[in-house]
Amino acid sequence: MDLRSYATDGFWDELFDESLLPRPGAEQLVRRLAAFSHGELAARQRAADKSLLTMGITFNVYGHEAGTEKIWPFDIVPRVIDAHEWTTIERGLKQRIHALNLFIDDVYNQRRIVKDGVVPDWLVDSGKCFRGPCAGLTPPRGVWCHITGTDLVRGGDGCMYVLEDNLRTPSGVSYVLENREVMKRTFPQLFEGLRVRPVENYPEKLLAMLEYVAPPQSRDPTVVVLTPGIYNSAYFEHSFLARQMGVELVQGSDLVVVDRKVFMRTTRGLERVDVIYRRIDDDFLDPQVFRSDSVVGVPGLMDAYRAGNVALVNAPGTGIADDKAVYAYVPQIIRYYLGEDAILPNVPTFVCGEPDQCQHVLSKLEQLVVKPANESGGYGIVLGPRATRQQLDDCRDRIKANPRNFVAQPMLALSRVPTVVGDSLEGRHVDLRPFILYGEEIFVLPGGLTRVALVKGSLVVNSSQGGGSKDTWVVQRPNGDSPAAPTPSR
Amino acid sequence: MLSRVADSVFWMNRQIERAENVARAIETTLGLALEGTIEPGRLWNALVCAFGDQSDFWARHGLADQARVFDFLAFDPANPNSIYCCLQAARENARTVRDMISSPMWEEINKCYLSVRGASAARADFADPREFIDEIQRASQLITGATDGTMSHGEAWHFARMGRLVERADKTSRFLDVEHFFGGEEGAGRDPVRWSSVLESASALEMYRKQYGAVSRKDTVRFLVLDRAFPRAMHFCLVKAEESLLVITGGTKGTHSTPAEQQLGRLRATLDYADIDEILGDAQAGAPRGLHGWIDAFQARLNAANDAIHTTFFALRPVGTVAEAG
Repeated sequence: MDLRSYATDGFWDELFDESLLPRPGAEQLVRRLAAFSHGELAARQRAADKSLLTMGITFNVYGHEAGTEKIWPFDIVPRVIDAHEWTTIERGLKQRIHALNLFIDDVYNQRRIVKDGVVPDWLVDSGKCFRGPCAGLTPPRGVWCHITGTDLVRGGDGCMYVLEDNLRTPSGVSYVLENREVMKRTFPQLFEGLRVRPVENYPEKLLAMLEYVAPPQSRDPTVVVLTPGIYNSAYFEHSFLARQMGVELVQGSDLVVVDRKVFMRTTRGLERVDVIYRRIDDDFLDPQVFRSDSVVGVPGLMDAYRAGNVALVNAPGTGIADDKAVYAYVPQIIRYYLGEDAILPNVPTFVCGEPDQCQHVLSKLEQLVVKPANESGGYGIVLGPRATRQQLDDCRDRIKANPRNFVAQPMLALSRVPTVVGDSLEGRHVDLRPFILYGEEIFVLPGGLTRVALVKGSLVVNSSQGGGSKDTWVVQRPNGDSPAAPTPSR
Repeated sequence: MLSRVADSVFWMNRQIERAENVARAIETTLGLALEGTIEPGRLWNALVCAFGDQSDFWARHGLADQARVFDFLAFDPANPNSIYCCLQAARENARTVRDMISSPMWEEINKCYLSVRGASAARADFADPREFIDEIQRASQLITGATDGTMSHGEAWHFARMGRLVERADKTSRFLDVEHFFGGEEGAGRDPVRWSSVLESASALEMYRKQYGAVSRKDTVRFLVLDRAFPRAMHFCLVKAEESLLVITGGTKGTHSTPAEQQLGRLRATLDYADIDEILGDAQAGAPRGLHGWIDAFQARLNAANDAIHTTFFALRPVGTVAEAG
């Protein structure tokens, strides 16, 4: 295959530098791609697609007919991250999660960070995901954010930035594992001789973490995964993780609280449950405490949790650190709790809850990306430079009506990765979601989920909006020595 | 295991078995139609009756012919017993218990559903249904094979087998009721071609011939009801279903501690000691209600056993304690 016609179009490309030479770590992959015969790339892509269909790796799209499943498009050209750069990313993520966990614990207990004036009190108290009923609680082992998916992007300057922190019920890790499986099935020769860091041990790490955070009195704890059911967009992942860990996948109706303890209904009667990896939002967890119209939750669950009889993962209330306005303060949060500078920089962010920053956002709306502070899945985002006048006016009205609920960031030139189009390659924009587990220690899964905007020129990588995914390789270079990764700008 | 999961595993297997049986009955009827000895309207009507969906069919389609009946039984999304609906429901059940079943099982169920969905979308240009019918039977057997070969033979597997066998016993009994579907027509009962096709519907013709040779009404009924070794015979199905039930409850044959054991055990015992002349209701045996009456009663008791399984395992509610907690 002729790679000379590939164009980076002035964007940072993850596989090639400006003169189309492979970047560190990508040399062997590029050499193997170049050796492809005519038609081979397209044939391999078709084989991978067929494999995914048969394996039934799907997600559901909301707003369509109930149960509409889609295959999440997978692109067979992997994204490569040099092991040396990965070391820095890994350190940065551990630092960030460590600090965020201290932050959550603090805001539900002493609130030192508010009293010391590092973050404003309105930021915490008006947070849509701040949960009053969690005040005064400390979860087992002091861990709140057991599982985090942090979204990273690389800008035109080649530097990795943190785009957002997902600390509620982040999804996508099953695709990391299945993508690797599909790559091995359809592309075995690409791996040969390459030292790609494995991802397959994630379920074991996850189970070990879940058992570690069990209430201290439970010996040999019973762990379950709690799903809202088969029509949830991430149901595939819920069942995948339960299966990989060998634990029960339960729905709210399978659980019952008796005497402040949680049980599941089995063919042999009631069986005690100690740890719940819940994939249900706080709001729906317990109709007695949160939304009373929830039909997927378990009445009395929070009571059992407060009594220390069950561990909930992630802990209820963790969502406060998922708030995009709180995100803007994370560098200060890290400095406050750890006395360190953030290793991974934030994207510069304007918080509309601060009047002067709000003024700036309103006057520069057509240049900025505006995000609601508490949505996920890419919903409600307005890309200023690509919006119509009407959309900008609507957006301005929404910000004025509720400034607390919005943040704005400059439009980033996201980096690209060569992606299969027919039988050739074109650059497509990507982001990266590494997954971090907080148990006995903090573990970062090597690589993570690379999401790719498959539509030419698009910057939207969400599965619900035309995005796909790629396998992500953390590659150790054979000679071992590597130049320093680009230093993050401060 | 979770009650909800046991329920899904049980029904998933009933639905797959049902789809296979519908497919096989269609195949047999296609064969009879080619012979041309029976008027096609009566033939296809009898097939609809065999599955008990005649009132729905008559209300929506009126007269029975090959095209209408085939579409109704194979693809009709409004007929809950069509192959399409069965496999769609089986796959939904498989999805809800995806964590309990093995990947080979899931992949076979998923592939089978995708292929039926594809066939259903292209149903207008269906020239020869045989290929489709073959595929359904093959897929069902692959799924059964994957279940036996890749899933631990523990509690979930026993629920799966019980579901499959309860469904199979019901379907075999329906195929046997052929005389009734032809309106008790005089002479139909003596027609060996008709009884051969009953045996074919239960994939039993070859095994029958090894045992009895020539096809007769009496031996066909004897084989499909009472045989202990043929896997689609009703007696075999009940013996094995009860075995699975007892593994699940930890009970002993001949005793019972749950409604499920009581109902299924009683029905199995009836077949243990049944007499062929009694079943056929020949006058001298003093049982005048005839084969149809006997089959009807069997089906009612099988339904009662199915309901007892539901009450015993799937509908568990910790009475009192829930009210307190909730």
